[in-house]
Amino acid sequence: MSYTPELRELMKKVEETRPSRVGVNYPRMTPDERRDVLKNFHPDYIEDGFREVRVGVDKGTRLTNEMADIFEAYSRLKDVEIDLTVEPDYDVDILIIGGGGAGASAALEAHAAGSNVMITTKLRFGDANTMMAQGGIQAADKENDSPAIHYLDVMGGGRLENVPELARALVMDAPLVIKWLEDMGTMFDKKEDGTMITIHGGGTSRKRMHAARDYTGAEIMRTLRDEVLNKGIKVVEFSAAVEVLLDDNGNAAGAVLYNLETNQYEIARAKTVIIATGGSGRLHYRGFPTSNHYGATADGLIMGYRAGAKTIYADSIQYHPTGGAYPPQLLGLLVTEKTRGLGATPLNIKGEQFVYHLETRDVASSAIIRECEERGLGIPLPTGITAVWLDSPIIDLIHGEGTIERQLPAMLRQFQRFDVDIRKVPMLIYPTLHYQNGGLLIDENSLSTVKNLYVAGEASGGMHGTNRLMGNSLLDIIVFGRRAGRHAAAVSKDMDTPAGLNLEHLNSYHKELEETGAADGRVGPMLLPRYTHR
Amino acid sequence: MTDQIKKVDIFIMGKRYTVPETLTIMDAMEYAGYQLVRGCGCRAGFCGACATVYRMAGDYELQVGLACQTKVEDGMYLAQIPFFPGRKATFDLEELKPSTAHFTQLYPEVYRCLGCSSCTKVCPQDIDVMQYIAYIQRGDFQKAADISFDCLMCGLCVSRCPANIVHYNAALTARRLYSRYIAKPDAFLVERAKAIEEGKMDEEIDELVTADKEKLQELYDNREIEK
Repeated sequence: MSYTPELRELMKKVEETRPSRVGVNYPRMTPDERRDVLKNFHPDYIEDGFREVRVGVDKGTRLTNEMADIFEAYSRLKDVEIDLTVEPDYDVDILIIGGGGAGASAALEAHAAGSNVMITTKLRFGDANTMMAQGGIQAADKENDSPAIHYLDVMGGGRLENVPELARALVMDAPLVIKWLEDMGTMFDKKEDGTMITIHGGGTSRKRMHAARDYTGAEIMRTLRDEVLNKGIKVVEFSAAVEVLLDDNGNAAGAVLYNLETNQYEIARAKTVIIATGGSGRLHYRGFPTSNHYGATADGLIMGYRAGAKTIYADSIQYHPTGGAYPPQLLGLLVTEKTRGLGATPLNIKGEQFVYHLETRDVASSAIIRECEERGLGIPLPTGITAVWLDSPIIDLIHGEGTIERQLPAMLRQFQRFDVDIRKVPMLIYPTLHYQNGGLLIDENSLSTVKNLYVAGEASGGMHGTNRLMGNSLLDIIVFGRRAGRHAAAVSKDMDTPAGLNLEHLNSYHKELEETGAADGRVGPMLLPRYTHR
Repeated sequence: MTDQIKKVDIFIMGKRYTVPETLTIMDAMEYAGYQLVRGCGCRAGFCGACATVYRMAGDYELQVGLACQTKVEDGMYLAQIPFFPGRKATFDLEELKPSTAHFTQLYPEVYRCLGCSSCTKVCPQDIDVMQYIAYIQRGDFQKAADISFDCLMCGLCVSRCPANIVHYNAALTARRLYSRYIAKPDAFLVERAKAIEEGKMDEEIDELVTADKEKLQELYDNREIEK
């Protein structure tokens, strides 16, 4: 048991109030209360964390300081000699940058449509936030549900700032995606008769969260990856794209790749390019820890932006209410929302609930920050930070002994590794940097504002407005990955090999940086975060 | 804070570094100055990138763990396995059947298991690996799928197997076979997918897509929520 004696003493309050909380729902906030807590406590509203970007197509747009730093940076190729007149190292119809769920889905669809596809990826194929998504994937495939009801949840959760056509595509494709994945052999939680087991997520009005235990993303990713390999699709690992190449018409036509192990550059020519590089949690906005993958450094965003792709809500960041806070080895790691879906409730130092356990993520995070910062009712930890309890043992009280073991094996195992048994003691949590709600703007075919340049998955934006609901990200990567793959395949079919490959856009971008003095010597994309201490 | 934390000596590929005892192996490597490229993925115990072999000073027994999920200990000698060249059989799922005959063609080595249990002993997820291999041998893909489910495909089982079985790939194939052919389909899902493809769900949603924000807000604030 790795909780300190002080924590064990405080924990008694949780045990005291537990019996009175079983089966009792804490009231939801009114719409006004929700708006109020967001405005006062959500990091998206804390103005000193943001600035206007001084260069590029969205000059003057508000970004987090950390993302603006990445946008206001020189290319890694600034002083590198790249010969674009020789035969490229790779020559394909479709170049997919990123080997997560969106990239793999795009590859499968494009391959099925007859295109010559290649995936290039910074780390291993499958090293992505997809792999870490635990709780579930939404789809309206029950009789009491419909894509329209799902749509209303998506829009309301997204503060009605979503691009309607993208939200429509997201929810309408959802049942098709579940079927596609299941036909491929993805193992969702089901009853004996085949019925999908679904539960609530934060902000859902119907139980439409499909899961594969709490390894949902991992199960989807390994299945997609296996299928890509079965199809013989070319995958180049440890090869990060650093810039998009344009042709003589200014359309996307490939990318410059950087072999992380040999430090050499390579050229990939392609008729169409799909950016599927994921999110940006490793930029650690406002110093927050993150639940994100090692490679989540916004590479695709800056590459696409330099090539002229416009952004949408790139300043909107999702803080997941339940990041691990203690033991210190679990700091920032995701405690799946499924834990709350199963009934675990956030509690303050007095063992009292202070927010309905299934508010949307933005509201729940803000309420936890308020409880700790304004009300001073957080639990002080030996590491110097404060946190709140998440009462996990109540799950087995509500649903019967063994529920945690069956439904949350990853969580149980993760905490057990550091001597905390979540069946017996509550978890300690605090919001963690989880997701980039916005990204590069796309249309229903995943096409960016640059011709022949597609974006899918977390790198894209618009469908979620400024707050994504749980289970809509695993959905979004597959929906828009597939759409990108299909459309790119159709477009590539009748296209000649692009000519006049160039990096001219970097020169004009660099000129803007010089004129504004914005770059301050920074170079990007980051590729990998630096955690070395010396 | 950092000053009060006890430090321990660890040996990364034989070289000594002094690091805070609260760190995971992964954090400790970074603390020591390594910029990780291989051997680091999700950093949360889901991706299997950071399989690590270690031995405690004075002990002969090799132990294993995920670098991101294992705390350092004083006197730990460690090395990561950056990549393991295990074979993956390629197949067309639509041409396969969940039968022993088909499985034999994909992974014949599965049937050469010696029963030594090295795979089970080495699994950082505490999966009974040898048992699911036995289920696969018997053609019980449901049980194999069930007990292999939490596999992260880190490859440690393969590294120890005297029969050269690639357990994690065999298990993945078993799970895909189970899901595709043995688990029953969800009847309503099939119906719903068909309705969407036939455009039968368009009208209801397009009414919302064209609605103004005020109307949507009202609908959202007053929507019925399933208990």
